[in-house]
Amino acid sequence: MPYGLFFKDLTKSFATPARHVTALKGVSGELKPGQITGLVGPDAAGKTTLVRLLAGLFDADSGEIGVTGGTERPRIAYMPQKFGLYEDLSVAENLALYADLNGLDRTTRERRFAELHRFTGLAPFGKRLAGQLSGGMKQKLGLACTLVVPPDILLLDEPSVGVDPLSRRELWTMVRSLQNTGIAVLWSTAYLDEAERCDHVILLHDGVVLDSGTPRDLNRLVDGRAWKAALPDDSSVAAKRDLQRAANQTRGVVDAQIQGRTLRVVMTEKDAAPDFASSQFAPLRQLTVKPTTPLFEDTYLAALRAKRGDEAPVAADIGTYNVQAGQNANGRPVIETRDLTRRFGAFTAVDRVSFSVKAGEIFGLLGPNGAGKSTTFKMLCGLLPPTDGTALVAGFDLGRSRADARSHIGYMAQKFAYYGLLTMRQNMEFAGGVYGLRGKLLVERLKDAVEEFDLGPYFDLPCGDLPLGIKQRMALACALLHSPSILFLDEPTSGVDPETRREFWARLNALADDGTTILITSHFLDEAEYCDRMVIIYRGKLIASGSPDEIKRAGGDETRTLNEAFIALIEDYDRATNNGVAA
Amino acid sequence: MTRAPHRIGTEGQGFNRQRLAGFIRKEYLQILRDPSSIIVAVVLPLLMLFLFGYGVSLDAKHLKLATVLETDAPEARDFEASLRATLYVDPVRMANRAVATDALREGTIRGIMVLGSDFGPKIAVGQAAPIQILVNGTDANTARIMGGYAQGAWATWLLQREYANPGSQITPLVVEHRVWFNSGLDSHKSIVPGLMAVIMTLIGALLTALVIAREWERGTMEALLTTQLTKAELLIGKLVPYYILGMTGMAVSVTVGLTVFDVGFRGSFIMLFVTSSAFMLVVLGLGLMFSTLTRNQFAAAILAITATMMPAILLSGFIFDTRSMAPAVQVFTYIVPARYFVEALKTLFLAGNIWSILIPNTLALLAMAGLFLTITAVKTRRRLE
Amino acid sequence: MMSHSPFAEALARIAFLVKREFRAIWRDTRSRTILILPPIMQLFLFAYAATFEVNNIPLAVLNEDMGLASRDLVADFTASPAFTSVARLTSAQEIGPLIDDGDALMALRIPQDFSRKLLAGKSPEIQVIVDGRQSNTALMALSYINDIVERFSREHARTSGIVPSPPQLVTRAWFNPNMDSKWFIVPGLVATLTMIIATVITALSIARERELGTFEQLLVTPLRPPEILIGKIVPAAVLGMGEGLTLGLLGVLFFDIPVRGDVLLLVLGLAVFLLSVTSFGLMISALTSTQQQAQIAAFCFIMPAVILSGFTTPVGNMPETIQWLTLFNPLRYMLEISRGVFLQDMPMSVVFEHVWPMAIIGVAAASAATWLFSRKLQ
Repeated sequence: MPYGLFFKDLTKSFATPARHVTALKGVSGELKPGQITGLVGPDAAGKTTLVRLLAGLFDADSGEIGVTGGTERPRIAYMPQKFGLYEDLSVAENLALYADLNGLDRTTRERRFAELHRFTGLAPFGKRLAGQLSGGMKQKLGLACTLVVPPDILLLDEPSVGVDPLSRRELWTMVRSLQNTGIAVLWSTAYLDEAERCDHVILLHDGVVLDSGTPRDLNRLVDGRAWKAALPDDSSVAAKRDLQRAANQTRGVVDAQIQGRTLRVVMTEKDAAPDFASSQFAPLRQLTVKPTTPLFEDTYLAALRAKRGDEAPVAADIGTYNVQAGQNANGRPVIETRDLTRRFGAFTAVDRVSFSVKAGEIFGLLGPNGAGKSTTFKMLCGLLPPTDGTALVAGFDLGRSRADARSHIGYMAQKFAYYGLLTMRQNMEFAGGVYGLRGKLLVERLKDAVEEFDLGPYFDLPCGDLPLGIKQRMALACALLHSPSILFLDEPTSGVDPETRREFWARLNALADDGTTILITSHFLDEAEYCDRMVIIYRGKLIASGSPDEIKRAGGDETRTLNEAFIALIEDYDRATNNGVAA
Repeated sequence: MTRAPHRIGTEGQGFNRQRLAGFIRKEYLQILRDPSSIIVAVVLPLLMLFLFGYGVSLDAKHLKLATVLETDAPEARDFEASLRATLYVDPVRMANRAVATDALREGTIRGIMVLGSDFGPKIAVGQAAPIQILVNGTDANTARIMGGYAQGAWATWLLQREYANPGSQITPLVVEHRVWFNSGLDSHKSIVPGLMAVIMTLIGALLTALVIAREWERGTMEALLTTQLTKAELLIGKLVPYYILGMTGMAVSVTVGLTVFDVGFRGSFIMLFVTSSAFMLVVLGLGLMFSTLTRNQFAAAILAITATMMPAILLSGFIFDTRSMAPAVQVFTYIVPARYFVEALKTLFLAGNIWSILIPNTLALLAMAGLFLTITAVKTRRRLE
Repeated sequence: MMSHSPFAEALARIAFLVKREFRAIWRDTRSRTILILPPIMQLFLFAYAATFEVNNIPLAVLNEDMGLASRDLVADFTASPAFTSVARLTSAQEIGPLIDDGDALMALRIPQDFSRKLLAGKSPEIQVIVDGRQSNTALMALSYINDIVERFSREHARTSGIVPSPPQLVTRAWFNPNMDSKWFIVPGLVATLTMIIATVITALSIARERELGTFEQLLVTPLRPPEILIGKIVPAAVLGMGEGLTLGLLGVLFFDIPVRGDVLLLVLGLAVFLLSVTSFGLMISALTSTQQQAQIAAFCFIMPAVILSGFTTPVGNMPETIQWLTLFNPLRYMLEISRGVFLQDMPMSVVFEHVWPMAIIGVAAASAATWLFSRKLQ
């Protein structure tokens, strides 16, 4: 009989030098055999702590963990959030290492490796060093290493963070296919579309289980509270953003989101349609709302906000903070690349990419991991000189121009790029200071930033052990301290929970409205809906560009989501080039 | 009460050859991919041997000594000439005290010998202080040697003069020197074996100081914790490859010592192997301990350099004799592993298999290895936190 | 933004970077401890350890002679601070094991006929056996033996009432009248320990930022490569200066080292010295990509620099080619300045003679570091 796992009243606290944190406050639940159990919740909800407790890496302060089914001890496999692949070892060597360390019999090894290779599609890359794999491939290899001996119970801690949609789908399919072996899976995630596909979901918040059950069960919370309205055909992205903001300010609205040409709204009360008719904003008054089936995302937000007793949408009262941006919002191109090319030895990472970004635009740079997106981004920021072609930002080549040209840009790295041992104040003083802010001006900007980004409680804590969402807010605040006219954001929302992401985008929208030009790379295709325009880069080439609607049209069927359009475009491209090779 | 159904990674029991082999293979591949470890094991010993072998000479020879003759007595010239015959001082005639003191101040000479105007008359009646010697005491060691040489030369000259005098009543003692183990008192022969100990200390600590901290910093430790790898396997897996590398370095050093520096070897190679292995375990254990205690490459690196390099040079007895140190400092030298190895190596190279030295020193090394590795093992958590 | 001259702007940027670096090094209790404690401990240990003074050499005596003269000779040996008698032997077979085991470093054997020959006016023979494993100790021991023996025969002649007391040679040591090796080693440690810390901090600095992921964020700011390098040098140099002066002060307080020269000259020398060694540290930092590599490279610089500086053994004793190599070693010059200022009242002109080579080395190393660094960014 297959194994399962149950846990009851788990508590766990940690003492850091700065404070005492209770990560779990009596958490109970169950992983059933043959099911994928989703674990969702905002940053710092205690997801990782719970997974590590179940994996046996921590001891709980109190509570019980027990096995169901089976007769012997189950074999538990665990994949940490950042799976420690040895980057200086090849794919095959990593796999062999974990096979040895888990005692995989040499006789069955070949067969198992062949299975895993087929399963992950890593076969052609056996000799490549793990450090040279893309983020998605690394995760697949990590999963393969975890699964090298077939486990009875599989614990995955945010396996899809930093992974592009294509690889994300593949990872999901891989784990789904394990189900018929009766294995119990725990999948912790910040992606609610993944959670929705789980058999069972545990919603964790602040160390407490808010709710658990099948996604459908949980969705009963928002029955009759979800509404949608079709937007006019010719809505521009800016118009959509305005509509969203106005909708968010309407009374009784928990959340308003743009999805393609639809505005989705979740209300606080059952069967109470949003009162757009009395809105101050004329375009909103013209929309007609209809009830719609709730999504798990609606449930998630409604549940979290109900818990906090604060039902106003995060995005409702966001200011702009950037004081100078408005001045150059005249629509002229501020970022321009022409035949931008970068080769590493024989490998062409970026192949003749040309595009331009106008002032005040939110511009998306999209593509799967390892497609050349980051390389393009680095060349724009002046971190990497192009092999060929040009990249001009505000008229400067940042790689070569004088340093003060760089004071026009704000930059937010993918990885948190501040000294963890220093306090937030110390890091922010530095971030402002190197851009020429001094004395009173610096003090004022810091004060405004703390207020605007609500950083007060954390301002004098070492920022290394703050929750991811706070770090990300701080990083954005740092990037904006010197009021740049152009903002570069490298996967700013990777691994960030949905609520924080909404808040983040509300800020970006406000900045763009005030004329800041924003160049952003992202894995979340639903976020790309908010970009005015975007390019998709794949295998070093620009394969599509345009507004969200144009991209969707290019992907084929217009009613599809951007996510689907993206996958279709990439698959089309692969087919076309493979055919080309065959012919 | 928690009834944990299992614990990941503690499933592994005792030793499993496959796990260990797999882990060692991983370390081996990492060493191959980053040649810096190989540089440490092979190039560094060569560099240090040649630097020390040629750069450090404890025999102060040809020290420049200014002679100022304020007299033209023939005895003065005779004495000056006798100085010229020794290897140790190179007399340089200078016109007067002023010129010589300037030269002493500037450091172009090490000392001044002044033969005063009354040298001739005084020497004839055997009165005191006809000669003055001034040495630059800044470098006390060299100054002392210099003073000693001058004194010796003076005594010899006086004696010879008296023997030459038929009426002399002095019966000189004949001292028969026998210097065992290093009859030429060649400082290379004493430095090179000591140097090997210093080199091995550094190689061992440099090789392993970062290897565990690195696993924590790069996040690979958490992944290792999820496997069945046991603590013992982890530590042995970290030791074996670096042990082999370190012993390669040792072999290189011994070969160069025997062929290039011609130090000779009187003990047994088996004993050399045993002692070196014990020492290798100590220094690798020390490195692993730093790495485990800090879990931070920056701190481990600084610790490894400051805690091993200077003590190995200064407190091991490699250059400075531990027996001459202040008692408190002597006590301290007992916690410097290199001390034991220096003693064992000097004995093996210069004296032979003197068990009464080799066995206690080797045992001391094994005890220290045990201590460091135990601390490392205790501080190695199979858990997070 | 306020308008300032570009130079003032650059200075202000550097100041912010320096402040951050300081805090980054200083805030972590572990790294703070590691930076402060070991050098001070080492100063005390090494000051006592690094001595060529030889005393208490364990001596074994085999006196086969029954005469009075032989007992006088033995007494001369045991009275000397250089020797400590550890064993009175009765047979020659006992000598071997004692020396082998290192229990005695030296054995003195006086034959049966010693007193008789001496009285008869013939030259008696004595035998000394010395352990040569520690060559310099052996060498010193031999010279002490000669001293004692020579004094003995002279004394013997004098008591026999024949020879007037012999002319004495008077040795005076300048700058260090007691020839105390602590006076030699402590000013050396001030320079050496300071160098080690400052070099390691700078050598690891950039590799560390790379591994922590903060480096790219730094590169997109208006900071130019030379500004970043200055921002890395200054904190290490300031820490080094604090360290050097603290060690010097401890030396004066605890070891009675005199300060005969101008402290300002020492500060000047240290400043130029620190700039040159931190530039070497930066070269290493620019060349390496991981902290492991940086540590090894730092070591490969520090070790030869210490050996070839005159810290333990005089440069003058080294072979010509190696002496030539030492000209490129900043520590060599700093040792001269440090010893000169503490012990000798080194005149300003001589200090400058040692400062300018360090300045040249520093500028060359800093330029090389900047070049390597800019090249690596491409």
